[in-house]
Amino acid sequence: MIRVLIPSPLFSYTGAQRQVEAEGESLAALLQALDTRYPGLRHRIVDEQDRIRKHIRFFVNGEMAERLDRVLVAGDEVMIVAALSGG
Amino acid sequence: MAASVTLLVGTRKGAFIYRGDAARKTWQLDGPHFLGNIVNHLVADPRDVRTLLMAAKTGHLGPTVFRSHDVGKTWAEAKQPPMFRKAAEGEDGRSVESVFWLSPAHASEPGVWYAGTSPPGLFRSADGGVTWTEVAGFNDVLYPQIKPAIFPGPDGAQVHSICVDPTDARHLYIGISIGGVFESLDGGQSWSALNKGVAADFLPDPNLEYGHDPHTLALHPRNPLRLYQQNHCGIYRLDRPAMQWQRIGMNMPREIGDIGFPIVLHPRDPDCAWVFPMDGTEVWPRTSPDGRPAVFRTRDGGASWQRLDNGLPQQHAWWTVKRQAMCADGADPPVLYFGTTSGEIWAGVNDGESWSRIAEHLPHIYSVGVA
Repeated sequence: MIRVLIPSPLFSYTGAQRQVEAEGESLAALLQALDTRYPGLRHRIVDEQDRIRKHIRFFVNGEMAERLDRVLVAGDEVMIVAALSGG
Repeated sequence: MAASVTLLVGTRKGAFIYRGDAARKTWQLDGPHFLGNIVNHLVADPRDVRTLLMAAKTGHLGPTVFRSHDVGKTWAEAKQPPMFRKAAEGEDGRSVESVFWLSPAHASEPGVWYAGTSPPGLFRSADGGVTWTEVAGFNDVLYPQIKPAIFPGPDGAQVHSICVDPTDARHLYIGISIGGVFESLDGGQSWSALNKGVAADFLPDPNLEYGHDPHTLALHPRNPLRLYQQNHCGIYRLDRPAMQWQRIGMNMPREIGDIGFPIVLHPRDPDCAWVFPMDGTEVWPRTSPDGRPAVFRTRDGGASWQRLDNGLPQQHAWWTVKRQAMCADGADPPVLYFGTTSGEIWAGVNDGESWSRIAEHLPHIYSVGVA
């Protein structure tokens, strides 16, 4: 299982859960699993060309992951960050 | 006057619904809905009088569409929002940045909607906005052809003003800022430019087939041969089957000019329309000329215009009205409404003869519609 830390802009999808657990052998697979459980979540943070949206960041065990093919293993922690931006 | 009215307001920080009494004197606020969301458009379905569609995104999250089937009491997100197809390996595919415009389709097609996006894309839903698919004739055929002429303004380039001919479900018009007006006779499979006579004085070749900047395009519901257009370069009218737009904005007072974002048509009289001029000089302040906001009305198809500012601020009002943020209701005579970039909503009774402010302190208003 992978622990996923959810930012507040996505609480409407997770029912305000700040942490959830999901499975996936890569960041892409993890996001697919999350989208199955929370429909619509993935498209808000990754666009239709599989590009991470401009103001979204992913950290795996505290290290920024810039690609969705980042490999994950059980016990990893993925933090989704909605970057501070806008006014 | 007609029965009660519901105003649908989209803002930079959420959606607001105002319910007004028959006299348009008492307004009850319902909202905010989706506080913090950028709501480009909030539109009612005239075919069932209970469905609303909302084009939304946030500063962080990608664009989507929310749907309500009880006039805003409850909402659900589209299962498949407007999105371009995934590009093949090695290709640079497009991504929807925002859903900018929503239009219900023909009365004979319940549940069918169109959406215009930024960057320019056209999408169709056949299930009330639950799932959206690309209109390939635009996204894959027309757009690649006209792409060199499209360049984004400060808020990006977008498809807007999706107009459906009330006598022919497959007859469509759209506006692209910047790109021009286009017409389809086959439900969006093929398109032709419709910009003759329209100025494009910001381009080196003012006689281009397309590349113009229509701010709002409107098709009269009772006389669908008549189109009006508030363009970056003036106000125009076109009576089909003619192809040549006439610049009726030349009849506006010279000191006001004919630049603005919205144009609103009388629900029954094809000769009557309203515009909200803005300052388009030098660096384009996009504020009311001289800080004195006013609506201008024509009752003769643009041959003459009357200034309507009774009740509006007479000085130091440096706001304007965006292209989706002005509308008329179905009353007789119609009541006009507009929302400002400074977060105020104004109602003009009796064809816009007398104005009063019905809301203030809202976020920057992007759209005002009637349900």
